[in-house]
Amino acid sequence: MIIVFALFLLTLLVITALAIVQTTNLFVAVMLTSIFSLLMASNFFILDAADVALTEAAVGAGITTVIFLAALMLTTEHEKPHLSRRKLNTVVITILASLIIYATFDKPRLGDPDAPVHQHLAPWYLEKTPEYMDFPNVVTAILGSFRGYDTLGEVFVVFAACIGVLFILGVKPPEGSTYNPYRSGLKHHLIPQVVGRLLIPFLVLFGLYVQFHGEYSPGGGFQAGALIASAIILYALLEGEAAALRAVPRSVLLGLVIGGATLYGGVGVVCILMGGNFLEYTVLLDNPVAAQQTGIILIEAGVGMAVCGALLSIFHAFAARPMRV
Amino acid sequence: MYLVVSIAILVTMILALVRALRGPTVYDRVLAVNMFGTKTVLLLAVIAFLFGRPDFLDLALAYALINLVGVLAVLEFIQNKPRKAETSNID
Amino acid sequence: MIETVVDILSWFLLCTGGIFVLIGGIGTLRLPDFYTRLHAASLTETMATILILVGMILQAGLTLATIKLLTIMAFLLLTAPTASYALANAALQSGNSPNAQQRDDQT
Repeated sequence: MIIVFALFLLTLLVITALAIVQTTNLFVAVMLTSIFSLLMASNFFILDAADVALTEAAVGAGITTVIFLAALMLTTEHEKPHLSRRKLNTVVITILASLIIYATFDKPRLGDPDAPVHQHLAPWYLEKTPEYMDFPNVVTAILGSFRGYDTLGEVFVVFAACIGVLFILGVKPPEGSTYNPYRSGLKHHLIPQVVGRLLIPFLVLFGLYVQFHGEYSPGGGFQAGALIASAIILYALLEGEAAALRAVPRSVLLGLVIGGATLYGGVGVVCILMGGNFLEYTVLLDNPVAAQQTGIILIEAGVGMAVCGALLSIFHAFAARPMRV
Repeated sequence: MYLVVSIAILVTMILALVRALRGPTVYDRVLAVNMFGTKTVLLLAVIAFLFGRPDFLDLALAYALINLVGVLAVLEFIQNKPRKAETSNID
Repeated sequence: MIETVVDILSWFLLCTGGIFVLIGGIGTLRLPDFYTRLHAASLTETMATILILVGMILQAGLTLATIKLLTIMAFLLLTAPTASYALANAALQSGNSPNAQQRDDQT
């Protein structure tokens, strides 16, 4: 039954993806992308990947739509038609696609118990997580400790993306049309204002729950950072960008990004100084299980800070630019 | 019984997707996306019960909270961007 | 005895909710102009939500799941009508007047 559900959702996913490629209206493409993300999250959910689905929920539904639209404010709404080399493109894509499809024939079936991943790695993780960390969410254990290097890499990718956007969009906008679309917000809309304000504290609370309950239920630093960032973006949409910057100024955002990445790296360095390997949390405290938990909580906090700061910085970088009319 | 409800929701998702693809106005598309969002919340909740994983309801909760952010961003976009009222069809 | 009654009641609610979702979906596809379609869509967002979630609450009994379902219901019932309102307002302000004679979907 899971297969039937997944196939159904994947079919819808393919239709949506084709429509996104087909349309030349960028606004329509953004709307369809948000449907794509909802379908993707349902798919992850059906395959029991609740942590990934929660990330998709936190990032895909709210923040990507907001950032896409903020980018769309700076450009025209229609894609320029370009017809050159159509045939060559089609040929290249067809060859590549058939190669990839041919490669999937060698892949093990979905959920095949004889697949290599279910022989060596997964059983080991499942067996060792209760022993080393003593909490139920294996995904958090893998992300935070067993494969902590990968997550460190991800945090630095987020950091680099934030720096890149700030370098390109952070320059002073040209004089002339300085109409900032996010200046006034939705102040003259009473009902969205009231409901939105009511929602903000709950979003932050839910974000904190996801952050600090990540060892026991789906979630962790990344999802929490995105949820809290979307709460502040909601505030910016309602009250105007300037009000959000007054509440959480740029310096705090940069501090969050840098502080988060430094906290993660710093935990690793402290581990070295206390006689272990990089990111080997067991040396942090006398009790190795408590030490693992402390290390994971610390680096999850770092991830949350970095993601929240980076997403908000990117949003403000786009929203501060004058609109192209 | 959960199965029946989830199939009904999936069929409605197709209908909303068709509406999002056909338009014809931007508002129809936004309406379809919004509807798709609430249907996803319901689908996740129903599937959580169907597969016996009620601890995964957190996800539906996240969507219930976050959907509004996207819709308000669209509203702000539509208000600020001067536009021709109708957009082209894409089929 | 009580259990059977609760079961039947919750199945009834779930079924009705499913039917409402379907009707709303068909309405969103078939109705002639934006405002009528908005009406159909908001039907699925309030009535169907209440029916389906209450049906599931009856199945879950007094557990953590019930509290989560109640929270989901509260937030959906707050946000979905707000979104519908915001959308209708935006459409109206852009000069898209609700007019039963005008049919924009003859494709």
